[in-house]
Amino acid sequence: MGTTASQLGKDLLSEYQELTFLTKQEILLAHKRFTELLTKDEKDLPNTRVPAERILTLPELKSNPFRKRICHVFSTSEQKDGSLTFEDFLDLLSAFSDSATLEIKSHYAFRIFDFDDDGTLDCGDLEKLVNCLTGETDETRLTTEEMRQLINNILEESDIDKDGTVNLSEFQHVISRSPDFVSSFKIVL
Amino acid sequence: MAYSVNICQMDSESDFENLGESEPGQDSFQLVAEPAVSTQRCPQTLQMDVFRECTRINTEQLPLTASGHMRDETLDREQMNSLQRHRWSAATLKVLASMPSRTAGINSAAVIPRHARNLSRLHQHQTCQDSSQPSRPMQEDFVQANIEEELSNEENKKEQLVSILRGLSVSEGMSKLRASPLSLADKMEVRQLAFSDVAESSLIRNIPCYSRLSMSVSRTWHHCLFSCLPVLTSLQLWHSPIKRLSGRFGTGVLSYFLFLRTLLLFNLLLFVINGLFLVFPQAVNPPPRPHDSDLNNFTGLELLTGTGYLSQSVMFYGYYTNTILKNCRAVNSTAAESPDLPVCDSNKPQKVLYSIPAAYFFTIAIAFFTICIILVYSISKAFGRGFQVLKSNGNLAVKVFCSWDFKVSKKTSVRLQSEKISTQLKELLSEMFHGENKKSCMQRLCRLMVQLVAWAACLATIFLSAMAVHYLSEDAIKSSPLKETELLLLAAVVSGINLLLPGLFNLCAWVENYDSPSVLVYVSIFRNLLLKVTIVGVLCFRWLGRIAVEPKRYGLQCWETFVGQELYRLLLMDFIFTVLYTFFGEFLWRLFTKQVLKRNRMPVFDIARNVLELIYGQTLTWFGVLFAPLLPAVQIIKLFVLFYMKKSGAELSGIEEALEGQSDDNIFHFSFVLPLISWRCRVCHLHNLDSGQQWAQELENAHPILSWLSRAYNSLLENPLFLFLAPGVFLMVIYFHTQVIDGQRRIISRLEKQIENEGKDKQFLITNLQAIHERSGLVSP
Repeated sequence: MGTTASQLGKDLLSEYQELTFLTKQEILLAHKRFTELLTKDEKDLPNTRVPAERILTLPELKSNPFRKRICHVFSTSEQKDGSLTFEDFLDLLSAFSDSATLEIKSHYAFRIFDFDDDGTLDCGDLEKLVNCLTGETDETRLTTEEMRQLINNILEESDIDKDGTVNLSEFQHVISRSPDFVSSFKIVL
Repeated sequence: MAYSVNICQMDSESDFENLGESEPGQDSFQLVAEPAVSTQRCPQTLQMDVFRECTRINTEQLPLTASGHMRDETLDREQMNSLQRHRWSAATLKVLASMPSRTAGINSAAVIPRHARNLSRLHQHQTCQDSSQPSRPMQEDFVQANIEEELSNEENKKEQLVSILRGLSVSEGMSKLRASPLSLADKMEVRQLAFSDVAESSLIRNIPCYSRLSMSVSRTWHHCLFSCLPVLTSLQLWHSPIKRLSGRFGTGVLSYFLFLRTLLLFNLLLFVINGLFLVFPQAVNPPPRPHDSDLNNFTGLELLTGTGYLSQSVMFYGYYTNTILKNCRAVNSTAAESPDLPVCDSNKPQKVLYSIPAAYFFTIAIAFFTICIILVYSISKAFGRGFQVLKSNGNLAVKVFCSWDFKVSKKTSVRLQSEKISTQLKELLSEMFHGENKKSCMQRLCRLMVQLVAWAACLATIFLSAMAVHYLSEDAIKSSPLKETELLLLAAVVSGINLLLPGLFNLCAWVENYDSPSVLVYVSIFRNLLLKVTIVGVLCFRWLGRIAVEPKRYGLQCWETFVGQELYRLLLMDFIFTVLYTFFGEFLWRLFTKQVLKRNRMPVFDIARNVLELIYGQTLTWFGVLFAPLLPAVQIIKLFVLFYMKKSGAELSGIEEALEGQSDDNIFHFSFVLPLISWRCRVCHLHNLDSGQQWAQELENAHPILSWLSRAYNSLLENPLFLFLAPGVFLMVIYFHTQVIDGQRRIISRLEKQIENEGKDKQFLITNLQAIHERSGLVSP
């Protein structure tokens, strides 16, 4: 099963519609944008894998500080290099779509923020997360002292079982307190 | 094993201390001693790096030997942490990584093999570095076996999911599969396994061709259904402009434009209902023209004032017949009244074709009822989302996890967002740790005085403007007959007040210098709302209190038409003033500040003010629908133009988001206040309808079945208790829910304590098990 050159089969399209949160228009638009990323030779092959550098040229992802993590999380490649097939791309768009549930969004948000992929958010992950949020410049970065205080506070607020890390359930607990999360965790092509 | 009991008490002697002391030389034992020492310090954290960085160590309680051993190390903190992390044996780390709390979600099975692989690599690296003698081949095999075990674990989990899905119905199973966090390829595999058996077995059973035909028919029907539904959702108005706006400005500004679109759809609904059931039948059956009409001179001014030609059109209700459209006229009616209809035969019963008053009543009632239901539903959903059952002791975690807006794609906007988040975090941190600024008594008093003065000024201006409108309207009423230009003046004054006074309020708020932005938001919304409510109240008094009561005094044949015309004028003036303000006020002002004053300060998109303006316009429309059925069409045109104007204004002037914490939930909270006012007015108006009795009587004569309706109508309007009953019921429901929420809060705090205790138990058990294993030497570190 895979995508053929430039057309999506009807069966495949309806299957994608059933299994993701995307509408038919969104899937077709995704297909169009994905094929624009392929080179001429790649267009003929089924199930091509597009390397992360090319995915990151998409305008929706180009300036996002979490772009590399997003590619990494949704990639199903063996080498874990962030390359995406069309189905991975659909997974990405489905998780970031309008109709995705809060559980799916919080699950993927957790995996995106888990920089070392160990299943929890520990101090290192939180530090990297805050640095991504505040940007590259020196004025916006937090000092070490502020970072330490911030991480302490975050753990105090969200670490319920006091093991020093935030696991998925605790993360989802924090997310449920914010009514804005669902609308912020969205990418629309 | 005596030590197991004492291990977690920080001030107790333990065997591990002795162990550390007695065998300092051996490298291998050093590996063992580290985790053992860690258990002594503080059992609160398992992972040492976290433990260190978060400085929760009670260093004074460290046993001296162990701490001395620790403190002497000059290694970098991070290096120490990474070393220590892998001081846990492979088995322990594997167990830690596969704890259910860390592998929640089916797909996290993929996490384990990765981690185990990393672990095996690092472990091999480490054992290479140490010159101790762990049996490397044995370890490698062990780790490899782990990886294979994890992969088969993954397969098991997939099979589990498949079996769960088989137990559910097809649609439930599909929605569960869609909502599970697997990759698409995995989902397709699971679907194949779970649902294809069902399809296959049914295929085998139904061999005869007629059932195969029916199956193919049903399959094509499902295809059609799937392709039809997206068509409906693709009727998304303004999809790409809104997407560009969201990419540039983020959620707050976007919510204004989404609200605008929602209002447009409401108006469209209203227009369609009115058009179909009221305007169309009346347009098809025009009533006889009155003799004293001056329809021939059509000047352009009439489009603005709504008088003259328009007053005798379907635009206003004065035109509409107050009686029932029949297909024959009564025997004793003259030919002049209804010249086109044949005379009724007295033997045959009179057929009622279409009753305009009944249609009016029903369409208004149904339209308002539908909109009310939709509004209440969305408000309650928004309220439920925003209402927190759990009281949190701070919102830093929420801010860090939820504040990044992934929709923003423009580079400058991303940078702006980062700066905003950074400033917010820094402010919150400094507030938390340096306490609030200790202001002196004098300063606080000064602050209070300034705020009082500002509030007094705002309230005074509101009062003055209300009085001005009142006097102007009284003046206009006294000099009857009413001149057209004077009518326009009143509308212009009202629109001018609505435009200029919010600017004054902003100035006051800037002078007052509130501490927290959310207080600022609420204060400004309250002031704007108060202004609009007083203006609407004064105008309602003018219409219902003065003009409706004595229409003949002002030379009006039909006061409803007059009120409809007033509302039409108000709406138009509002629109014209908004266009002028957006052009001159925002765009040119920005040019002026940039070129002349050479300041690069971005103008700010005041979301609250713009939203309240939309709500005000909508209130006028809803109120005006009672008097002028085509008013929603005017509002639709106005909203359409407003969207493009505001969008280009926003994009050209490069604004940034003004108010923080503004989501569409807040907007909806306030949006129901003004419609509530219009609803009350509507009820009052229906109460004032003296012709109500007449048409109800006529209707009853024609269709005796509907007598219950007229009885209900009479009792509804005459009994004011009903109006208080509904809010009373709402209040009781709200009280009940707050009690439930209180109880839930108590339960939640107890459960939190329990989870904390469980966490401590978990650490206790793991460290003990690790210690036991190492002690008995079964697993080499």
